[in-house]
Amino acid sequence: MDAERKHPNYLAVWGGLAVLTVVEVVAVYLRIPRHLLVLALLLLATWKALLVALYFMHLRFEPKRLALIAMAPLPLGVILVVAVLQEFAKR
Amino acid sequence: MAPAVQPAVPRAEEGIGVYTQKLGMWIFLASEVMFFTSLIGSYIILRWGSAETWPVPQDILNIPVTAFNTFILICSSVSMVKAYAAAIHDDQKGLRFWLVLTVLGGATFVGVQALEYRHLIHEGLLPSGIRDDSALAARLVDSGKLTATAAGLFGSAFYTMTGFHGFHVTCGVICMTFVTVKAFRGGYSGGRFHGVEVIGLYWHFVDLVWIILFTIVYLI
Repeated sequence: MDAERKHPNYLAVWGGLAVLTVVEVVAVYLRIPRHLLVLALLLLATWKALLVALYFMHLRFEPKRLALIAMAPLPLGVILVVAVLQEFAKR
Repeated sequence: MAPAVQPAVPRAEEGIGVYTQKLGMWIFLASEVMFFTSLIGSYIILRWGSAETWPVPQDILNIPVTAFNTFILICSSVSMVKAYAAAIHDDQKGLRFWLVLTVLGGATFVGVQALEYRHLIHEGLLPSGIRDDSALAARLVDSGKLTATAAGLFGSAFYTMTGFHGFHVTCGVICMTFVTVKAFRGGYSGGRFHGVEVIGLYWHFVDLVWIILFTIVYLI
């Protein structure tokens, strides 16, 4: 990132991360149907991870090719899990 | 002819558009994504591929304490990015202050994790499963809520994932300490903020991984 580029509001991002963490923990202790809870927790975790990557790691302001480098291994992870789980499904 | 003066700030490379050290860190982080993705993938396979009933994390782990530890790590990520902003503006006092806070935050996280391990081992959760004569065995295994096989899978997955992450945080704290010492010696004055930015990328990545691990291992 260029030195002269404007910084995002880091404290607002911090507040967002803190609130989302509290929401996650509270949700675990509420009586929410299991599949909804898992979906909500995964979405909240993804949201938090995106906040960190986009604003703290400044991926939002970096060249797109840099983001591609960072995300390149993720499809391989998905292939790994799906392939092995299919082995279980065949049993 | 006068000798060429070495610029203090590395030039951005033409290809990707970022300087070499940063590109190197991003490539390293891409390999780390692969590493942690394979760990998380293995966990998913163990958990959903296993015929055994998986333990409810809240029955074994202390969620509020770990949530607090997560908050500490998030705070240290903020202090890291504030250190980076201070370095860019050549605010040396701010840089030192925020770096010290970041080191303290990281060390606190590792300390709390060590205490958590100590407590869990005392309770009976080992990497190989739940110890026969322990409080956890009496509460979960002997009452039929959990089989010894599932306990073994959970124990090994838990300590492997959180242990590798803790190792990464420890490495980050050590590196950050070197960066902080260098900052106190004026090593990042005059626009030389790149060292701070590069270690900051690593630190935020470690925070990001923990956000995912906390959800998958402790909450789901």
